[in-house]
Amino acid sequence: MHGLTNKAIEVFVKQTYGTAKWQNVMEKAGFGFSEFEAMLPYEPEVTVRLLVALREVFHRPARLMIEDLGTFLVTSPTLPAIRRLLRFGGVDYADFLHSLEDLPERVRLAAPDLVLPPLELTETGPNNYYLRCYAGLPGYANLMLGVLRAMADDYGALAILDLHKRPQGGDIIAIQVVEDEYTAGKSFTLGQATA
Amino acid sequence: MNRTLSPLDVICPMHMLLSPDGRISHVGPTLRKLRHASAFAGHDFLDVFDVTRPQGITSAEDLMQLAGSTLRLRFRDGPQASLKGVIVPRPDGVPGALVNTSFGICIVDAVQTHHLTNADFAPTDLTVEMLYLVEAKSAVMAASRRLNERLQQAKLLAEEQAVTDVLTGVENRRGLEQFLCRLLARQAEFAVMHLDLDGFKQVNDTFGHDAGDDVLQQTARIMVDEVRDRDLVARLGGDEFILVIDDAPSIATIERIGARLINRVAALGGAASVGCSIGAVLSRDLTPLTPQALLKAADEVLYASKRAGRGRLTFYIPPGREPQPVLDAEGGIAKPAG
Repeated sequence: MHGLTNKAIEVFVKQTYGTAKWQNVMEKAGFGFSEFEAMLPYEPEVTVRLLVALREVFHRPARLMIEDLGTFLVTSPTLPAIRRLLRFGGVDYADFLHSLEDLPERVRLAAPDLVLPPLELTETGPNNYYLRCYAGLPGYANLMLGVLRAMADDYGALAILDLHKRPQGGDIIAIQVVEDEYTAGKSFTLGQATA
Repeated sequence: MNRTLSPLDVICPMHMLLSPDGRISHVGPTLRKLRHASAFAGHDFLDVFDVTRPQGITSAEDLMQLAGSTLRLRFRDGPQASLKGVIVPRPDGVPGALVNTSFGICIVDAVQTHHLTNADFAPTDLTVEMLYLVEAKSAVMAASRRLNERLQQAKLLAEEQAVTDVLTGVENRRGLEQFLCRLLARQAEFAVMHLDLDGFKQVNDTFGHDAGDDVLQQTARIMVDEVRDRDLVARLGGDEFILVIDDAPSIATIERIGARLINRVAALGGAASVGCSIGAVLSRDLTPLTPQALLKAADEVLYASKRAGRGRLTFYIPPGREPQPVLDAEGGIAKPAG
């Protein structure tokens, strides 16, 4: 598993719940170290143990934690690159939704060893979509649910999202875009924002 | 700006149409974001742009000759990113030419300077994908750089704390100093032997550094072999080694160890003939007793061995005491003259 995955969880927990809580998680997981390296590979088992430790420390279902992580990745000011890279996908929310099928390929361009399962978008009616998140990454659909919520906000769109779990994997997120320009959204320019 | 877009405007939003006399008759919508329309319309193409490649283009006739070749253009008014372009005859049969342009590699700056958006590029244009890649690459590079900085710091710290000589696996100077300090702290009696290879430079010069490294490694192995686990072997660097023999060794013990070292090192190396010289200090012979004083005294008697003809062991003699025996070149014990 790419270190980015574990590092993302680490940054999320530290910023949302504090460093002390993160230390609890790492002690519970018992890796013998306290921080992940974003650019180093880890065994998939490490992520599984990390998620188990999270559940034990926070007494909260992992799927909800992962959904929060998805939102955090887009909205955290400490990770501006992720939101910007996602915004490159389209000029409005509908355009962005259509770009999601390219997302695993885009991620692969950025980090060749970070493999995301395929995403498949189906238009089920005007402003209604199904996003199928293929199996291969536990909590993938929960993560995407958090990301899609945050991105709707970012684009200023009003969308209703529903997750339909499929026992064989390939969970589906039903998306209804109620209003494409509900708010002004957050600004995005192709040129990098000069901080 | 709100005029309806022609198919060319959609497919090539940075194109221009030129009349046969080289005047600009139409400018694509993205190009119009770079300069006010009045800066283009009706002007001579060569008055607006400096053609920097190919060189020597001074007339509309020159320009029209360039069909199909790559152009490099620069706005004549002020410093701006240069444009890449290509000129072809007008596709609609009207006399004149079409010049299509792009920002080329300057795209990252151009997008920022001119506040360009997705809508400014043709849907088939890969510019937005390229900008995506530039940002993704920068983000990944930044993460890698942070990792490298942390690794570098950890490496420096590890080196600072290391007590082992990388080449030979015996202790290094830091390990030696720590060992001596421990011995002094418990007021132990011990001996320090300073060993230096003879003829090592010739091995390096004649057979190369790999052969030299091999001799150092074999010498270290012999030394480790000749002392007990509770003694210490350290390499000071180069071909200098230190042995620390614990438990109040007698002069005879040191002589026996010295003789075996001198013999075994001399037997090393086949074609590469090396030997070693040794200086030895007993801790009880030094006051005040410090690690520095021990190493200094051992160094002095080592050089006495070298001066006396190498392949020898010389003891440190405290002021006012009879000279001690030394080992001769064959490793046998010889009484010093005088």
